Amino acid sequence: MRIMLIDDSKTMRNIQKSVLKQLGYSEIEEACDGQDALSKVAAFQPDLCLVDWNMPNMDGLSFVKAFRQQNKTTPLIMVTTEAEKSRVIEAIKAGVNNYVVKPFTPDLLSERITETLAKAAAKA
Amino acid sequence: MDATLIAPFISSIQHVFSTMFQLPVEVGDPSIKKGSECTHDVSGIIGMSGEFQGSVVLSMPGDTAVAVVSLFTGEKYDTNSEDFADAVGEIINMVCGNAKAAFQRKNVSISCPSVVVGPKHRVSSQSDIPCVLIPCTTDCGELVLEVAIKPAATEAAAA
Repeated sequence: MRIMLIDDSKTMRNIQKSVLKQLGYSEIEEACDGQDALSKVAAFQPDLCLVDWNMPNMDGLSFVKAFRQQNKTTPLIMVTTEAEKSRVIEAIKAGVNNYVVKPFTPDLLSERITETLAKAAAKA
Repeated sequence: MDATLIAPFISSIQHVFSTMFQLPVEVGDPSIKKGSECTHDVSGIIGMSGEFQGSVVLSMPGDTAVAVVSLFTGEKYDTNSEDFADAVGEIINMVCGNAKAAFQRKNVSISCPSVVVGPKHRVSSQSDIPCVLIPCTTDCGELVLEVAIKPAATEAAAA
């Protein structure tokens, strides 16, 4: 299972990485913004991406829209401080499969990752 | 300043600190800030724009900031390290992002965070926006949230 973490905060990527490691996932690629992520997805071929919304250069929503033009199936989880309902709807319309609002507990993130991967596996 | 603009930041800092670091925050009486010098040596700064504009600063003494960051990251960073600044930036990002959610149906954006470290630094905001100091007490020490926001000009004119 290859998982890509897209967040401009190294602290946040480290927290997410430790949750993923506890779930038994160790094949992890990191990107610091949407542009960086787009430049890495072809080579890394992620099975899941965790995407922040507010990032410099290219934000998470723009990444999701660009990624969905080339890949309709890989699940995407938005992990962001953007908590307004309108934002959640906007993200889902763009192609996000699940949504986690910061701050989160490790248990909540873990639950959303497991749930998202289970749904993706059921569809496959 | 309208108290309803301040309340979301109070509940947000309590929510962020308790969820991410299991650190309860006791909030004291807010007051209006005089001058532009930051209260403490470490400042995490976020700008707000859209229907509300201004800035929010999380100001912490160095020792307190190191202790809070250590709870957040599990690492004890020097205040001069990039990782320390990154963590402080992410904390103020969560505090503002979470508070912003309380302004439902308002188009408000927050900037990427900036972090300033050093004694007696100044953060200047628009002179016509009063800055409210929200004093907070935690087991890691005292810290202050400085909130200087107001409805944008078009909104104020329409009201």
